[in-house]
Amino acid sequence: MTAARTLLVTGAARRLGTAVLRDLAARDGANRILAVDLVDPPSELRVDGVEHVHVDLRAPAIATLIAKARPETVLHLDVLAAPGLAGGRTAMKERNVIGTMQLLAACQRAPSVRRLVVTSSAAVYGCAPRDPAHFSEDTQPHRPPRAGFGKDCVEVEEYVRGFARRRPDVSVTVLRFAELLGPGVTGPMADYLALPVLPAVAGFDPRLQFLHIDDAVRALRVAADGSHPGVYNVAGAGSLTLSQLARRLGRPTVPVPRFAAPWLGRGLRSLGVADLTAEQFELLTFGRVLDLARMAEHLRFRPARSSAEAAADHARAAEISPLIDPDRVRSAERGLRELLDRYAATAREAGGGHGPGAAR
Amino acid sequence: MSDTPEWERRAARGLAFLRRRITGEYEVDEFGFDEDLTHHVLLNLVRPLYERYFRVEARGLERVPAEGGALIVANHSGTLPLDALMTQVALWDHHPAGRHLRMLAADVVFTMPYVGEYARKAGHTLACNPDAQQLLAQGEVVGVWPEGFKGIGKPFAERYRLQRFGRGGFVSAALRTGTPIIPTAIVGAEEIYPKIGDLKPLARLLNLPYFPLTPTFPWFGPLGLVPLPSKWYIVFGEPIDTSGYDPAAAEDPMLVFNLTDQVRETIQDTLYRVLLQRRSVFF
Repeated sequence: MTAARTLLVTGAARRLGTAVLRDLAARDGANRILAVDLVDPPSELRVDGVEHVHVDLRAPAIATLIAKARPETVLHLDVLAAPGLAGGRTAMKERNVIGTMQLLAACQRAPSVRRLVVTSSAAVYGCAPRDPAHFSEDTQPHRPPRAGFGKDCVEVEEYVRGFARRRPDVSVTVLRFAELLGPGVTGPMADYLALPVLPAVAGFDPRLQFLHIDDAVRALRVAADGSHPGVYNVAGAGSLTLSQLARRLGRPTVPVPRFAAPWLGRGLRSLGVADLTAEQFELLTFGRVLDLARMAEHLRFRPARSSAEAAADHARAAEISPLIDPDRVRSAERGLRELLDRYAATAREAGGGHGPGAAR
Repeated sequence: MSDTPEWERRAARGLAFLRRRITGEYEVDEFGFDEDLTHHVLLNLVRPLYERYFRVEARGLERVPAEGGALIVANHSGTLPLDALMTQVALWDHHPAGRHLRMLAADVVFTMPYVGEYARKAGHTLACNPDAQQLLAQGEVVGVWPEGFKGIGKPFAERYRLQRFGRGGFVSAALRTGTPIIPTAIVGAEEIYPKIGDLKPLARLLNLPYFPLTPTFPWFGPLGLVPLPSKWYIVFGEPIDTSGYDPAAAEDPMLVFNLTDQVRETIQDTLYRVLLQRRSVFF
């Protein structure tokens, strides 16, 4: 194990942040852990042995904090996926992009920083029908995101690349997470899956890939402990099509014409039902699957849960109960088969047994 | 008397299929291939065309390996890609090992609602090098129609004359993975929808590569979509072994061009040979 060091975690009051703090605190008591966010985490998620600091990343105060605390490792988790989490799209954009800029500016001045880990998202690839089936880290996306969370991530990654150029002595790791799911996870995908009926774009059945929050935490631990400079896709193995996922959750889908999908999203958002953005619907149209070769070979990381298992665990924790109980489907099948057997038996007794016609 | 009759076994299979479809207990691979649906529904839909309508005769199936990757390269024709679907049926129903054909399809397929969805479910993916290589490396049989729209949408007068063969991307994918290339000739597909005209402005309006005029379409409305019942032959040729080449050979454009030409000429020669043997278009 490494010697005692100071770690700084941003976005510490959110679900992923608190899980990472708990993981860090549980492993090594000797480390000093600084948790930075605008607010304190909800009391039930509070972790002992962590110093909570209220700093707005958009303000230069973060530079003072870093200069004083001299962290060795910085985990930047404060890249928000949906306007609802930040209180509006403008605030979200500022927090994601300006926040990252301020943090990186502060890190650049701090000789203590040896390692920087940034969570980005697979949203940087956008999604389009002309893209290959798997996005590798080097794939040139056909239709890069032009707005929203994906665009934020692209900009964040640009600033991180600039930082890595100016501070070649720092090991910079960018993790592009697939859609996060798991107990307590919120965000557009979780909101979507919580709907009683799932709107699906008519004529399209996207391939979706998920990452369980526990695996995201483990991936961040691997990145924070080792030296793995570079960009990595991180996702659970395999993928699910939307129709398959809906069936496993026991939720019916409603086909929506493609042109109407963004309106529906806006409607649901203004009703406060679900934080569905236009880019969420793009994902639900064309889907996105990541190539995980680099994650396995260079990061030497294998998520414990596949995409399907992550979705199943999320459904369990979020109490997404199936409208159609799979046990009832199975017993219905058994019942029908017994009926069939009996029918076939009488048909045989009636002579011949060559088909249903013989019984009549 | 103890053995269950066929109709009962079929009904039981149907029930199990329905149960899986309702509960989602089936697997879909990362390319979107839904094997369960393909076996139980999609192939059944096109099989009558293969068996009864076009009475396809598949030859040389033994040249397709029973396991491991292989690249089927064939001529494209017929206005709609029925030739590709028939090749898929041939390899699944009549190859001794029952191989799935994973086709590389044009990008326009995946922009079209429903068409793109079911193309993926049937095991097909976008024609691009990463996808081709990955499928070949996984040991799949990959099908490619390198003439693309130039082939499938060519006028009837140019039937059985191979068009330009893309840029040889398929050859480099085979070289990188060391998989054999199997030149395949399809005879009969040219006559299903004789394309005698093309409404280019309408095609542009609908975002299609062409808008075909055939002797029956669009004059007879949906009836014009019924293909002519030509008799088909699918001839799988002698495999071209690429395992002897270094994977770096894929970076040698001259070798790639030469192999592309070799594949093209083999297919063209086979086409002429089968055409000479053929007694009539329809029998």
